[in-house]
Amino acid sequence: MIPAAFEYFRPRSVDEAFALMQKHGGEARVLAGGQSLIPAMRFRLARPAVLVDINLIKELDFVKMDGALTLGALARDVAIERAPWITERRWSLLRDVAAVVADPVVRQTATVVGSLCHNDPAGDWTTVALATRAQVDVRGKGGPRSVTIDEFLVDSFTTAVGEGEVALAVKFPVADDRTAGSYQKIERKVGDYATAAAAVQLSLNADGTIREAGIALSAAGPCAVRVDEAERALKGQKPSAAVIAAAADAATRHSAPQADLRGSIPYKKNLAGVLVARGLRQALSRLGVQA
Amino acid sequence: MNVKITINGVPFERDVEPRTLLAYFIREACGLTGTHVGCDTSSCGCCVVVMDGERAVKSCSMFAVQADGHEILTVEGLAQGGALHPIQQAFWDKHGLQCGFCTPGMMLTSYVLLKDNPDPSEAQIREGLAGNLCRCTGYQNIVKAVQQAAETMRQPVAAK
Repeated sequence: MIPAAFEYFRPRSVDEAFALMQKHGGEARVLAGGQSLIPAMRFRLARPAVLVDINLIKELDFVKMDGALTLGALARDVAIERAPWITERRWSLLRDVAAVVADPVVRQTATVVGSLCHNDPAGDWTTVALATRAQVDVRGKGGPRSVTIDEFLVDSFTTAVGEGEVALAVKFPVADDRTAGSYQKIERKVGDYATAAAAVQLSLNADGTIREAGIALSAAGPCAVRVDEAERALKGQKPSAAVIAAAADAATRHSAPQADLRGSIPYKKNLAGVLVARGLRQALSRLGVQA
Repeated sequence: MNVKITINGVPFERDVEPRTLLAYFIREACGLTGTHVGCDTSSCGCCVVVMDGERAVKSCSMFAVQADGHEILTVEGLAQGGALHPIQQAFWDKHGLQCGFCTPGMMLTSYVLLKDNPDPSEAQIREGLAGNLCRCTGYQNIVKAVQQAAETMRQPVAAK
């Protein structure tokens, strides 16, 4: 199908893009990688009257590692896959997810920030952003602001980026060396949305107890779901089969999926627990702990 | 909107609606029908072209206006001076196609894959082609073709 007609702008700076978004408000959408937006426009699920294409804005095309890992709005998925630091244990969750988003060709164009802004209930990056406690930098009417991912993900296909605003970057905190994660995704075929997926991030204390835990689910609610109860069940505990089972049980109970061609509600709820348990075991194994 | 896109070294200047997808620009405005449209929704990879020599893109999911000022390589640009590109030769030699519909996309995805990794393992080839669907071959001979192409392309060019 051919998308509905739209007016097209190609700004060269963030200021220019922001001015265009302010002018056109709710009529306008930002075009970055377009790998979700363009198919949505083709199905006429999205009909923006104005597209503001940010692909020429060089200042948004960056992957920066200092106090945090910051990805500009034009950082493509493939840039994460190929980053020199991606082999470090602390980035294992990002390494896992960067290899399973969509397919390898789509990942050459798709962007991480675009995926967050799209906020698909079955998205991968949104789930990982929750588990890692990322923040999104937004250029808003009142100036720049930083939004925690929990506040950012409002509802299906809806974020805290208001009309006329632009998401500029996402920041992932740099975890210490006793940190590992895992992304577990069940998909019918490469490129399909997740039937179910779980993101796990664990940081250990020197004595082996769990200092921080991030547990989030994809395709388990209107948008990615943080399983607070699983995080609380893990925090402060010594890793064990019982602790993993408690976290997995919490994931199953907090998963609220929809039945579709990919599976029934009981099947997907069960998967949520299975995938959290697998993810925890893999993250712990990466930390040299058997549980 | 006026756009100028260089396809296989030839500049094409056309007036297009912003909603014109790159695949249709290539096929209908430029008459290069080697770029196939399969699923039309970025799943099948039949429409893959190479942008600026380094990025494989699904041209059904990019607007032509986004390629303004860029260089595009399509399957018609692979052969040079009447000689098949090593990737094309390998798909021929290894019977890497049956109906041929997915083949342009397979070859152009392989082109970028081999540029990034001149000596891929079988697993890396299968992973790299995971966004390209073939309904005939079962992929076995496609993988063999990419392996042969990789080997040919690693040979130093014979001195003239």
